[in-house]
Amino acid sequence: MNPPRSETLPLRSDEDLVRVRQAVRAWMVEQNFNLVEQTKMVTAASELGRNALVYGGGGSARLESPVDGGHGGIRVTFEDHGPGIADIAQALSNGFSTGGGLGLGLGGAKRLVKDFEIFSEPGQGTRVIITIRK
Amino acid sequence: MERIPILLVGEFLLVSIQVDLHDRLALALQDDLTTEVVKVRAKGVLIDISSLEIVDSFIGRVLGNIAALTAMLGANAVVVGMRPAVAITIVELGLDLSCLRTAINVDQGMAMLRLLLRPVASQGSDESAEK
Amino acid sequence: MPTNNPSRIAEILARHQQAILEDWLLAQLAAFSARHNLISEADLRRQSADFIGIFGTACQAGTLTDIATPAWQPVRDFLASISRSRASQGFSPSETATFVFSLKQPLFAHIRQELAANAESLADEMWTATVLIDKLGLYTTELFQTAREEVIKRQQMEMLELSTPVVKLWDGILAVPLIGTLDSARTQVVMESLLQSIVDTGSNIAIVDITGVPTVDTLIAQNLLKTAAAARLMGAQCIICGIRPQIAQTMVHLGVAFGEVVTRATLADALAFAFREIGCTVSRQAPRN
Repeated sequence: MNPPRSETLPLRSDEDLVRVRQAVRAWMVEQNFNLVEQTKMVTAASELGRNALVYGGGGSARLESPVDGGHGGIRVTFEDHGPGIADIAQALSNGFSTGGGLGLGLGGAKRLVKDFEIFSEPGQGTRVIITIRK
Repeated sequence: MERIPILLVGEFLLVSIQVDLHDRLALALQDDLTTEVVKVRAKGVLIDISSLEIVDSFIGRVLGNIAALTAMLGANAVVVGMRPAVAITIVELGLDLSCLRTAINVDQGMAMLRLLLRPVASQGSDESAEK
Repeated sequence: MPTNNPSRIAEILARHQQAILEDWLLAQLAAFSARHNLISEADLRRQSADFIGIFGTACQAGTLTDIATPAWQPVRDFLASISRSRASQGFSPSETATFVFSLKQPLFAHIRQELAANAESLADEMWTATVLIDKLGLYTTELFQTAREEVIKRQQMEMLELSTPVVKLWDGILAVPLIGTLDSARTQVVMESLLQSIVDTGSNIAIVDITGVPTVDTLIAQNLLKTAAAARLMGAQCIICGIRPQIAQTMVHLGVAFGEVVTRATLADALAFAFREIGCTVSRQAPRN
């Protein structure tokens, strides 16, 4: 059984985003998640990390394991102090984008990782939590 | 700044992405490739992504842009070697990359580029011969 | 109870080891009379002798009331290996537990013999021995159960893999005949093994034959479409065939559109299409007279 641990990484540059992806990958490999699960989780982390970086003006990503007192699993929390989101339902819908992207960031990440929580209010920043259980 | 090397093979440009692609690097590749297509008057661009562990919406968009830009400049682009896990993830993500020409590996990608270069007349006669 | 008055079980066991072993073997052979085909008498004797030795050492070294302590580690390991081997040899759980429980009778007999004069300590020691052997017996049963579950899990995985053979029909053409119900776990295995085979063989056409799939609901249809989309991204074309008329009707009724994915009624039609795609022609030789 793994001792509980956590790691907080900054999200201030493109290179930081790569480091967050690599950390999520390393944790997934360590817990023997299969290749597809790894790829989905890392891709979701990449989308959410980029959101925090581009729309939130930078923030952080925090990795934790195990989750809910279980034997394993990984939880990643993305946090920024940007403008926040007024209409979360709209932000999750496909094709919605304020940043000129494809608008897949939030909705796409949610499709990749079923366990997805989002907390945001205008002016309060945004926090998104994705969890994968063992 | 680090850059992804672009090789000229015959009349085609070959790019193999071997590093963890960050966003600025992906945009730099898009610029470099379009510049290079014009400079060497390349007829085709082959992008090998077999080492790429993820393609998220940003990298996907850059690949789509490269295809559209090279088409505008009179060249064809083929993306080769996408890993199964990456392909499954793109489908789940909902990313539409149907504009991309794809092939299993570099060999087949090269064959595809050569086939696309054949004069239209001979292509037509081939098709009628098959049917 | 036995804490202030150290248990004599270890001592009794050490002194009468050989006699207890013989009695125990007789008890086991009686219980297993019908199971001579599963384990030989020589093996049983060797296992029993080994166990008595390890058991005696643990009794001397550790407390008799807690088998989770380090002193009992060798005993636990030994029982684990017994449980595993018996699970795979085809013993039932109760037969496996009998290995430990049948030790009670000979052990009790010797305790009674030794302590006949002292009724109080006899009762104490009997109680200690009962609790101890019950614990070991239950531990064995639990392990047996775990071992069986592992076997079942492994077999399920093997079946999953067996049920999705990806075959090469021609240079550049793969096929996967799906048989039976497609749940989402199985569809995922099919999808992944098909896509991996595409890479491994460098094939650019993959035929998915669903002739053997009894029903196709919206979810399965979606999964098939996703597989086709993923294959396309990798540079391969997916052909779905074996769509029976009822299934075609259901799909139209459900509003499932296969869109750009090529579909054919039979595997033969799909293969003909695939040959045309890769530029192969099949011709019949002129009949010989």
